[in-house]
Amino acid sequence: MTDTLTEPGIGTGTSWQGQSVPRKEDGRYLRGEGAFVDDLWMHRMGYVYFLRSPYAHARILSIDVSKAAAMDGVYATLTGEEVAELTDPYFQMAPGAANGMVDYCLAVGKARFMGEPVAAVLAETRELARDAAEAIEVVYEPLPLIVDGVATAEPDAPVLHEEIGTNVAWTGLYDYGDIDWALAQADHVVRIPHMYFHRFSSTPLECNAALVNWDPGTDTIDVKSNIQMPMFASMYMGPALRIRSDRIRWETQDIGGGFGIKITTYTYITAIALLSRKAGRPAKWAETRSEHLMGSGHGNERTFLDIEVPVMADGTILGFSARAFDDAGAYLRYEPLGAVIWSHVLVGCYRFKHVRVKYTETLTNKVPVCPNRGYSRLQHLWMVERIVDLVAHELGFDPVELRKRNYVQPEDYPYEVPNGCVYDSGNLPLSLDKTLALIDEPKWRERQRNAPPGKRIGIGIGSTLDSGTNNFGQSQIINPQLPFTGNGEAAIAKLGFYGEIQISLGTVPQGQSHETTAAQVAADVLGVSPDDVDVTAGFKSLQNAYVGFSGTYASQFAVTGLNAVAGAAEMLKAEILKIGAFALGAAQSDLELSGGMVQVVGDPERAIPLAGIANLALANVAALPDEIADTTSLTCRYVYRPPFEVVDTERKWGNISLTWANQIHACVVEIDEATGQVTILDYAAVDDCGIRINPKIIEGQVHGAAAHGIGGALHESFTYDEETGQLLNATFFDYHAATSADIPHLRTDYVESPSLTSPNGAKGMGEGGGAPLHAISNAIQDALADTGAVVTHAFNPPERIYEMLNADHAVRGVEVVSR
Amino acid sequence: MNDDATVHVVHVTVNGEEHERTVPARQLLVHFLRDTLGLRGTHIGCDTGNCGACTVIVDGQAIKSCMVLAVQADGLEVETVESLAPRGGSLNPLQQAFHEHHALQCGYCTPGMLMSATAMLRDNPDLSSMPDEELRRSFKGNICRCTGYENIVVAVRAAAGAQEVTS
Repeated sequence: MTDTLTEPGIGTGTSWQGQSVPRKEDGRYLRGEGAFVDDLWMHRMGYVYFLRSPYAHARILSIDVSKAAAMDGVYATLTGEEVAELTDPYFQMAPGAANGMVDYCLAVGKARFMGEPVAAVLAETRELARDAAEAIEVVYEPLPLIVDGVATAEPDAPVLHEEIGTNVAWTGLYDYGDIDWALAQADHVVRIPHMYFHRFSSTPLECNAALVNWDPGTDTIDVKSNIQMPMFASMYMGPALRIRSDRIRWETQDIGGGFGIKITTYTYITAIALLSRKAGRPAKWAETRSEHLMGSGHGNERTFLDIEVPVMADGTILGFSARAFDDAGAYLRYEPLGAVIWSHVLVGCYRFKHVRVKYTETLTNKVPVCPNRGYSRLQHLWMVERIVDLVAHELGFDPVELRKRNYVQPEDYPYEVPNGCVYDSGNLPLSLDKTLALIDEPKWRERQRNAPPGKRIGIGIGSTLDSGTNNFGQSQIINPQLPFTGNGEAAIAKLGFYGEIQISLGTVPQGQSHETTAAQVAADVLGVSPDDVDVTAGFKSLQNAYVGFSGTYASQFAVTGLNAVAGAAEMLKAEILKIGAFALGAAQSDLELSGGMVQVVGDPERAIPLAGIANLALANVAALPDEIADTTSLTCRYVYRPPFEVVDTERKWGNISLTWANQIHACVVEIDEATGQVTILDYAAVDDCGIRINPKIIEGQVHGAAAHGIGGALHESFTYDEETGQLLNATFFDYHAATSADIPHLRTDYVESPSLTSPNGAKGMGEGGGAPLHAISNAIQDALADTGAVVTHAFNPPERIYEMLNADHAVRGVEVVSR
Repeated sequence: MNDDATVHVVHVTVNGEEHERTVPARQLLVHFLRDTLGLRGTHIGCDTGNCGACTVIVDGQAIKSCMVLAVQADGLEVETVESLAPRGGSLNPLQQAFHEHHALQCGYCTPGMLMSATAMLRDNPDLSSMPDEELRRSFKGNICRCTGYENIVVAVRAAAGAQEVTS
């Protein structure tokens, strides 16, 4: 689609960046012409279906595929036994005993969660593949199981992985400042024995899918899929399949949302590749929604115990101590990275000096967790914001003033927090004021006082951070043996025969508008319109440039991706000017690029179009002097590398992220006392992600992250039966993904505090930090203030509210000791 | 599986074009549209009729094509997202409004959302008296995981040319 943009800076300035340039991606989606994986097919391809364990924990005594294999139209079957012969277990990031975890693409010997694939079929049609999978006979011996993420650490818990001998995957102490001193000094100590953050998932609307062809002639595997982090998957799959990692050729195009959930599909893609090789045919898999909910990945579930918060009489909060149990489910497929990634936001938005967290990651008979929008940080941020709010409620501070007193202040930046992270910029008090203005807080306070009988109104604030651009050196805090540090992203800028500018990215967008924002950046550098810049849709490993951590995740594109684009475009510009100087007989310093022309500044008659430059370099090359021809290719690859250093693994100290966008949300809820129903009456979010490349796209990300958080706070939670380990809500009937009727009108505003660490002043911001979970918990707390109830769960459906309204709060869930 | 006992001949008009096809009895309409006719704009998101990615218009009614068998569409008229704008031609006003108001991100729910909104706007061409709450209810059967629905409300109103109305 062409929007016939003509000139930069309409109304405001001279740059395409900063404008809400309409999206280049939209046309194909609006016409139904997007190419999602299930839209692709290949000659002779078959369809894959996975047979899954109905048990949460069971020994697999035998698998008989003979009836399935004999069915007409069945091309191949695959069992765990074959997988154990044909592949090696995936490498593990965990240190110690958990490093020996044996994880294959299908269950081998034992199934460890309900929904774990135990066998697979490739057949002529998707219906036949399903029928054939049902004809596979598996004999199971059910085993004792555990779904409690804390109790599973006890010595008497049934062990999932005998080779590890324990269900504790990782444990470590994060200890900064002197929390014991702070607790002894404090005027008040607020104690919260238990808080719980539930499992939910942002459930991308397009489920996982892949079309895999293992070509026997070249022994290469072509994978068209919607995986979010393909090169990371190559690191796992190459050794597991005992092949060169470059034999796996990735291709993505349109992806129907990811939110982190599509990072860990390498297990499925491995199995599909094996089926393709066995049958000598392309193999396509499109996961069903039930399979997605029971077998792909869930967000991290975390229990906080023994929280203690030292508070001074004036409201200064000195820090906190806590124990955290993170339930990783049955396997570690991205974990235990989450066991360090939360510490990007150790102190949240606050100037806490003394923090101690004893962190334990455990294994249970549930779906393995994987990154989910706000990965590992939103759980921690919810806890931090909850304790600040409880301090206000319990000690009688105004929640607004208490936050402002404890926030990192605008003049503090760059602000080093106790674990060595350096917050780059922000103005939290201003953001909070703007948020409260959006909802007209005094109006709602008045209505709160005059709420009708049977109704309660509460106002809650959610202050949050969205740390962006990981320093993968953080992984060495988990396991010093891991060979990962820093981060980066790659881009290529090219000039075509007729002067066409093309950009390709190392990133794998799933709706984040990279084609548009990359074009804005390239257009500014090269003096053209974004309409003139073609940004290749999707990622193709044979064609695009990449680094090990390329992908779209962890709120980083505005920093890593766009700085890579800027670098590649600058390299291309330098080559264009070098050739232009020769063609025009002018000094490079006298030239400018504008409107698709290289011209002598002040003398528009002396100019050459980009097509002329391309002609000289690509097709008329003998006309160029060697020193120019030898140093220009018009294909420029640039890797942006953030300024990271190796971390101090002993002290668990270092700058493990680059940027910290912040969001302040405010929410007004009404609670119906008769039913416990929570209705959102008003909602506002103020985002500060530094320099805004495309405000409309940023606002869209704020809306989306808000909806995920609202869904997680009120509607979405995976429920496992404790006795049987069955997932009780494995369809969209039972797992209620938030609808348009559940999400209120979202008011938005922004603050723009340029990042001090990113070259373009921008910060990644798409994950959003889970602010609605904090704001809604705090609003419910406010509404229930006079009941003695304490909100200790991040998920608050009507039944929990009803229980809080009607319970005896003699034991309250919070205790204050004052001196 | 495609033996004679389990197949039927259907006549279905899709986007104005008549089709006669022999289909398996258990084939869903969404698979008929996507696999048999090659109209890949109609998407699949849940298999249980909850998400609306497969919404098409059948004889004037927005329906979820994963909840209907292809044989049930025999003799009926089906409209899919591919009917909204000519290939290579201009977007229709609803599509244009979605574009201008950033009412889509990943684009996966978009075809279903557009077909739901198309049917709703035919019944309610003037949204000026419809409160936001009711407008939101009109597409609560279409799940979008990217936009938070905010800009979809704005775009649908813009397409209807209605003044903004709040609940």
